[in-house]
Amino acid sequence: MWKWLHPYAKADRAYQLCNTLLPYFAVVTVVCMIVGWVWGLAYAPADYQQKDSYRIIFIHVPSAILSMGAYSSMAIAAVIALVWQLRNAELAVIAIAPVGACVTAIALITGAAWGKPMWGAWWVWDARLTSELILLFLYLGVLSLYHAFEDKKAAGRAACILAIVGVINLPIIHFSVEWWNTLHQGATITKFDTKAIDPSMFWPLMVNIVAFAGFVGVVTLIRLKNEILQREKHRPWVRDMLERG
Amino acid sequence: MQFDSFADFIAMGGYGFYVWLSFGSCALILLGILFSSLNDTKRIFSSVKQQALREERIKKAKQEAGQ
Repeated sequence: MWKWLHPYAKADRAYQLCNTLLPYFAVVTVVCMIVGWVWGLAYAPADYQQKDSYRIIFIHVPSAILSMGAYSSMAIAAVIALVWQLRNAELAVIAIAPVGACVTAIALITGAAWGKPMWGAWWVWDARLTSELILLFLYLGVLSLYHAFEDKKAAGRAACILAIVGVINLPIIHFSVEWWNTLHQGATITKFDTKAIDPSMFWPLMVNIVAFAGFVGVVTLIRLKNEILQREKHRPWVRDMLERG
Repeated sequence: MQFDSFADFIAMGGYGFYVWLSFGSCALILLGILFSSLNDTKRIFSSVKQQALREERIKKAKQEAGQ
């Protein structure tokens, strides 16, 4: 496996891999996003308690899941960058952080817009909401730490360490609805034993989760390409490629 | 289809404002990050090309000065 993986440590091979993967991610994202939004907004049945307001779930849950998923991938990339000193992994950390911050912001905004009609408040300082807000600050912290250093080697290391330390927040977010008394409702789909959601709502939700995952992939790949180009712009392969294309 | 008319669809059973606020801001943020990333690619491409042209010009000028 190492032999197979090794070439991708080189910047130009990693760049090509991004280019190869990008169209697949793009197709999955566009198809699932359209199907998921139309299905969720127009065809899924209304909730018996929350009526049509629950339709926010079709973007709230996917963005919340992906805010944590993107953070985990970022932290894994950070570990790889620190342990094996792979520069591409470090660039991946910086590529994931902005899109991770975006989906976290979406989770918070859609949560507020859902909370207002259901709880009567846009925002409450409860465990789930607060820990998710801290996740947003962690993303922003990783980014600003990286951009605060002139020396990009030190910058990468500092950003990676913060990304890894921040992993402690993930279990806190996940279990916050069980550990503390909270307004936020419990898990909907991560407990498979009890049927908390009907299939007619579960499947459009799944499609939307795939759509969000695809979107995070697309933007990460684009940004990773950018970071690689930015760092390698004086290398001959970049110029050769641009002259050919 | 869960709604009888387009107006019903927009109204979302009275929750229209909150539902469309969510989906609208979501779309805005997603498109925002996507296009800003694509724009970065364009910017980097043109800066690399400009740098290459500049170096070529310098090389040419040096050659002419040497003759």
